[in-house]
Amino acid sequence: MYARNALRAATALCLVAGGGAFADTITVATVNNGDMIRMQGLTEDFTARTGHEVEWVTLEENVLRQRVTTDITTKGGQFDVMTIGMYETPIWGKNGWLIPLDDLSADYDVDDLLPAMRDGLSHDGTLYAAPFYGESSMIMYRKDLMEKAGLTMPDAPDWDFVAEAARAMTDKAGETYGICLRGKAGWGENMAFLTTLANSFGARWFDEDWKPQFDSPEWKAAIDFYLDLMADAGPPGASGNGFNENLSLFQQGKCGMWIDATVAASFVTNPDDSAVADKVGFALAPDDGKGKRANWLWAWALAIPAGTDNAEAATAFIEWATSKDYIELVAAKEGWANVPPGARTSLYENPNYKDIPFAEMTLDSIKAADPLDPTVDPVPYVGIQFVAIPEFAGIATQTGQEFSAALAGQQTADEALEKAQAITAEEMEAAGY
Amino acid sequence: MARAVTNRRKSVNTILAWIVGLVIFFPILWTILTSFKTEAQAISSPPVFLFFDWTLENYGVVQERSDYMRFLWNSVIIAGGSTLIGVIIAVPAAWSMAFVPSRRTKDILLWMLSTKMLPAVGVLYPIYLMFIRLGLLDTRTGLVIVVMLINLPIIVWMLYTYFREIPVDILEAARMDGASLKEEILHVLTPMAVPGIASTLLLNFILAWNEAFWTLNLTAAKAAPLTAFIASYSSPEGLFFAKLSAASTMAIAPILILGWFSQKQLVRGLTFGAVK
Repeated sequence: MYARNALRAATALCLVAGGGAFADTITVATVNNGDMIRMQGLTEDFTARTGHEVEWVTLEENVLRQRVTTDITTKGGQFDVMTIGMYETPIWGKNGWLIPLDDLSADYDVDDLLPAMRDGLSHDGTLYAAPFYGESSMIMYRKDLMEKAGLTMPDAPDWDFVAEAARAMTDKAGETYGICLRGKAGWGENMAFLTTLANSFGARWFDEDWKPQFDSPEWKAAIDFYLDLMADAGPPGASGNGFNENLSLFQQGKCGMWIDATVAASFVTNPDDSAVADKVGFALAPDDGKGKRANWLWAWALAIPAGTDNAEAATAFIEWATSKDYIELVAAKEGWANVPPGARTSLYENPNYKDIPFAEMTLDSIKAADPLDPTVDPVPYVGIQFVAIPEFAGIATQTGQEFSAALAGQQTADEALEKAQAITAEEMEAAGY
Repeated sequence: MARAVTNRRKSVNTILAWIVGLVIFFPILWTILTSFKTEAQAISSPPVFLFFDWTLENYGVVQERSDYMRFLWNSVIIAGGSTLIGVIIAVPAAWSMAFVPSRRTKDILLWMLSTKMLPAVGVLYPIYLMFIRLGLLDTRTGLVIVVMLINLPIIVWMLYTYFREIPVDILEAARMDGASLKEEILHVLTPMAVPGIASTLLLNFILAWNEAFWTLNLTAAKAAPLTAFIASYSSPEGLFFAKLSAASTMAIAPILILGWFSQKQLVRGLTFGAVK
C-alpha cells in the first residue's frame, strides 16, 4: 500500500516537474527596427499562449551578425532564436548551422508565405528561416514636385524618365534634390542599391565561371549613370548617406525621389514623423528596357541555431511571430499600417490591408524580384542585391568603398571599377573559385 | 611689465583650454541635447541647438522598454570587480618591479604591454571556446575576469611608474628601523602611493565601464552591461536617434558624475611624477 502511494506521489511529482519543464525560457536575438520593437511589446501574448518566457537581446545589426556567427560556429548555445537576413540564411542552412523549418504545424500554413520570400530563405528546397517581414525596393516620390515639374510618374518607369524627372525637380538653392540614392559604403548599403541598378543595366557580379564582371561595359554604363545623376540631382554629401540618412532627408521634404526599401513607405507616410506624409506616391523601381527592374528582395527572418536546447519552444515562438494571428494582433493594437509587411500572401488579400496606400506597390515590387534569376544574363549564384556566398560581404564592403569614394569625387568611375575588379578577382582566387 | 605678460599669457592659455575642452566635450553635449528632442527635431537640418521643445518622452520610452537598473548593476559589478581584482594583483607585481628590479624587468614590462597590441578579435574564438567549456558565457564572473585581464597591463604600468617616483631611501630607512616587508608595504609605501593607486583605480574603472568589445561579445541576456544597453537602440531601418541619445546619456551619466567628483584626484594622479 505504501509502495503504491509512494509510486502515485512520485508519478504526480514527475508530472508536475514535467509540466514545469515544458515552460522554457528562450533567448531571442534581434535588431532595433520598428516591427521588432512592436514584437517585443507583444511578448506577453506569446507567453499567455504557450507558457514560454522570452528574454530579448537587441543589438546593432553588424554586432548582431558577428555575435550570432561566433555563437553558432562554436555551438555556444546562447540564442534559441536569431534574426537573420536573406543573405545569411541559405549559406548558414547549407553549413548545417540552422535547424530546418520543415516541421511547422498545419495551422501555420507555410504555403501562405510569399513564394519569393520562401525561395530566398531556403537552401535546396528546405526552409531555414521564417520571414518576419519582407521588403523589396521601389520609388517613393513627391507627387507635388512631380506635378510642378510638369511630369507624370508612370507605375513602371524606366531610368531615362527617372533621370529626366530628377533633374527637373532639383532646386539646389531651395535645398530640394531630385533624387536621393544610397552612397554610404557597405555591402548592405550602397552595394545593395548599385547591384540592383547594375542588374537592370544588364550587368552581373560574376559570369557562369565565377569571373568578376566589373570590367564589362554594362557596369561602366551603370556607374557612369549613377555618378552623373547624383552630381546633377543628388544631395550634397551623398557618399555618407545610407537608408537612415536618406529617410531623414525625404521626411524633411528635401528629396524629389528616393529609391529604397519598401518598408520605408510606412515611415514616410506617417504624419507624426514625416513633413510630406500626404504628398508621397509610389512606383516600381526603374528598368532599362532589358527585362530586369532595379529592385531587390530582402527579409528579416527568424531562425533557430543548431545546438539549441529549446528547439521546441523556439519553433513555437517562430510560428507565433510569423503567423497570420500575429498580424491580426498587431492590426488590432497598432493599426493595419503597422503590421509586418511582405511575408504572407493572405495579408495582401485582406480587404483591411488593401486600403493602405503602399500595399499594392510593395507586393508588386516583391513579385518583380526573383532571387533565383536576378540578372539579364545567366549567373551561377542566388541573390539579387547580393551574391549568396560567404565571401560576398567582405568583397562588397571593399568595392563599396571604391564606389563611395567615386561618388565623393575622390576618384573616377573607371578607377573605381578597375579597383573593384582587382579586389574581387583577388578575393575570389584566394577563396578557391 | 613681466607680470602683465604673464597675465596675458595666462588668460590666452585659459581661453585655449576652454576651447579645447569644449571641442572634446561637444559630442557628449550634443548627445545630451538630442536626448531631449523629438525624433523629428533630432534629425532636422539645419540642426537645432537650444531652441526646441524640450521633452522627456525619450527617457520615458527607454525606461519602459529596457530594464536600465539591471544593465547598470551589471556595469557596476563588471567595472568595479575587474578594477579591484586588477589592482590587488598589480600592486605586488609593480612593487617588485619598481623596488627589486632584475635584469629582465624591462622585458617583462614590455611583454605585458605587448598583449595590448593584439587586436581583441584575434583571440575572440579561443576565449569564446574556453568560456563555453567553463560555463562562463553570459556571466558577470566571466566578464570580470576578462576585463580585468585586458586592463591588467595598464594597471601594472601605471602603478610601476608611480612607485618608481617614490624614493627608495625612505623604504630603506624603514627597513633599517626594522620594518618587515608587510609593514613596509602597508605603512610606508601605501600611504605615499595612495594618489597613484586612486587614480589607477579611477582610470581603470572608466576603461572597464566603457569596454565594448568583450562585454558585447561574451554576453546575451543576463550579464549584459550598459554597452549592450546602448547597442540595443541602434537601428538599421528606422530613425531613433533621440532615443539612442537618451540611452547613451543614461549609460554615461554615472561615470560622468563619478569623474566630476573625483577630477581633483584624477588630475593629481595623472600628473603625479610629471614634475621633478
